[in-house]
Amino acid sequence: MSEPIMEKSPTPHTHSASALTQISSWARKNLFSSPLNTILTLFALYLIWLIFIPAIDWALLDAVWYGDNTSCAANPEVACWPFISERLGFFFYGFYEKSELWRVDLVCAVLVIGLGALIYEKTPGRKYIGLFMLIGYPILAWVFLYGGLFGLQVVETNQWGGFFLTLVIALTGIVLSLPFGILLALGRRSTNMPIIQTFCIIFIEFWRGVPLITVLFMASVMLPLFLPPGVTMDQLLRALIGVALFSSAYMAEVVRGGLQAIPKGQFEGAMSLGLPYWRTMRLIILPQALKIVIPGIVNTFIGLFKDTTLVLIIGLFDLLGTVQAASTDPNWSIKSVPYTGYVFVALVFFICCYGMSLYSRYIETKLNTGHKR
Amino acid sequence: MAEIGPPTKVPSEKRSVEGTFWSEPKNRALIFQGIALAAIILFGYSIFDNTLHNIESRGITSGFDFLSTESGFTIIQSLLTYNDQSTYGDAFIVSLLNTVLIASIGIVLTTFLGFFIGIARLSSNWLVSKLAMIYIEIFRNIPLLLQIFFWYHAVLKAQSGPRQIFEKDQEIFFGLSNRGIHLPRPIAEASFDFVLYGILGGIALSYAVIQWAKKRQITTGQQFPVLPSVLGLVIGLPVLIFLILGMPMSFAPAQMGRFSLSGGVTIIPEFIALLLALVIYTAAFIAENVRSGIQAINLGQTEAAQALGLKSSIILRLVILPQALRVIIPPLTSQYLNLAKNSSLAAAIAYPDLVSVFAGTALNQTGQALEIMAMTLAVYLSISLLTSVFMNWYNNKIKLVER
Repeated sequence: MSEPIMEKSPTPHTHSASALTQISSWARKNLFSSPLNTILTLFALYLIWLIFIPAIDWALLDAVWYGDNTSCAANPEVACWPFISERLGFFFYGFYEKSELWRVDLVCAVLVIGLGALIYEKTPGRKYIGLFMLIGYPILAWVFLYGGLFGLQVVETNQWGGFFLTLVIALTGIVLSLPFGILLALGRRSTNMPIIQTFCIIFIEFWRGVPLITVLFMASVMLPLFLPPGVTMDQLLRALIGVALFSSAYMAEVVRGGLQAIPKGQFEGAMSLGLPYWRTMRLIILPQALKIVIPGIVNTFIGLFKDTTLVLIIGLFDLLGTVQAASTDPNWSIKSVPYTGYVFVALVFFICCYGMSLYSRYIETKLNTGHKR
Repeated sequence: MAEIGPPTKVPSEKRSVEGTFWSEPKNRALIFQGIALAAIILFGYSIFDNTLHNIESRGITSGFDFLSTESGFTIIQSLLTYNDQSTYGDAFIVSLLNTVLIASIGIVLTTFLGFFIGIARLSSNWLVSKLAMIYIEIFRNIPLLLQIFFWYHAVLKAQSGPRQIFEKDQEIFFGLSNRGIHLPRPIAEASFDFVLYGILGGIALSYAVIQWAKKRQITTGQQFPVLPSVLGLVIGLPVLIFLILGMPMSFAPAQMGRFSLSGGVTIIPEFIALLLALVIYTAAFIAENVRSGIQAINLGQTEAAQALGLKSSIILRLVILPQALRVIIPPLTSQYLNLAKNSSLAAAIAYPDLVSVFAGTALNQTGQALEIMAMTLAVYLSISLLTSVFMNWYNNKIKLVER
């Protein structure tokens, strides 16, 4: 007699494994599954003990948190956080006029609110907020930061410094490079106009083939030669022009990748509707292309954000520059102060860049352009 | 009945539509390009004019004659002989060699480190893969300049001076001080040349072995242990010659005098810091490229190989990596290019590379910004161009021939 194929027998109820059993079985599977794995795990644990534990001790557990330079001088082998907290204003505002700091605060607050509104998907009128942030906000920011109009006192750009200067350079770079990059990408693809195409190709390949330092040197040293006699351009403006030209070439390549991903049918559909070139681009192609390459744009922005540190070499004091300058203060000539300064800058950059890359990964999974294994 | 046939010709109507000239896209393109060309020429001319005027009014000499004038400065690391009577042209060559040195050593080291971290990231060991992820995320998100400063100021310059570490007349075979790493200077005797011939011979022989092993595998299907034999030929053969000839090489160690070290070879801390920072930074990006390259291979490949009973090391080496390399190499070459361009950050710690010496010191001294920047940019642009040419050649070579 054949047994029934499926026998419904009640499984005896067992207690779910205790926490210790779960952990040990997970460890056995992931950490100690083979002799090689065991050796690797032990080696990794040794590395952690060698590097991470002393680092955490230095930075957190044994570090000096409160006090002033005397408490730091008494403990030169651990991190000196009072150095950071005391000079934090300098690290953020640079040499900006003390009485006019509210202007920087205002500009930063509008930036945070605007970006938050753009990132949050359910904001009404997001498109207009985007347009304002791209066009209106930069003008507003420059008026408030530089001054001269509306009775605001002029604050020269050589007084700008610190994290706020980093933000100015990075944001100006991205805001200028987006439209220029789009124009360059469209120009590179215009096979019906070989002069424009050749010019765009030469422009893009030139700026992408040279290091940013040489671009900054060029802007700092050669731009004054190119200007008509009598016209001067201050140091920050020269750096901004260099950064904008450099990043627009990279942005052009990113946008070109997005344009190549648009199926030909979109162009043909637009043509069959009789839309002229610029309307096609503005209404149909570019919205799709830009949406596809948002991760690429964010990655370019992360790279630009990190590259702003290079302006240190042409004499502008961004965040890294102010921290380095502050660590030479004779009041704070303690062994741990430069290390603490560098760790602080590293933390700031890590939080900003990692946060942005997490956002770009989130967008990527949302738009489903990542590849699965 | 309607006629079937070619449509009868209608006498052409006189087109009286306004702006027919403009409605032809070809004409619009021509006019547009004409305007663009005129604008570019005008812009270029005005810059040219301004530059000529400014050069004249500031008394800057132009032309490339400065390349044969004495430079008047010394360079702390030069692979050729250089003193302050050498010309600016020599300074260009020496600093270019320094850039090539750090770029080539950096590329080799970062490839090894990057592949190691990338494969570790995919390990089945949770701890190893998490540590690799932490490495990648930390070193990708911290600016390279900050990493260079960290290695230079915080690690290397924080060492004590030679006088504090070494005693007088002490012989040093390996030392670390704030002047750099001190190694003994190798002195090769005459018969050492045969060892060098041995290396060349080893390379030639291993090329022959690789070709023979490929042919053998195609005809008989047997695998030959190529990698151990290549290593044996390229490394073992010269070592054998070295030993047979009675070790024709001596090492003169650095010796501590009253105030400083003499003799020996000192690797300057700027070189070490820049190399460390570049290698560690670029390896994080290469690790991500390697990881995405390996993950781009269809899981079916791994599963089929496992179904055949292959060990996972063999699977990685024979099935996954050859296919993954196809995906990895284009972004890998662009990372190499980034490393070469990022080596220009040497200007921040005064490592004497092309930008720091030529576009820095020489430019400040002669004031001839245009010629110097043109030469510097030409060097970097040719490196980029060579890399693109290589990448195009490689992509064409490995392109999948589709039926």
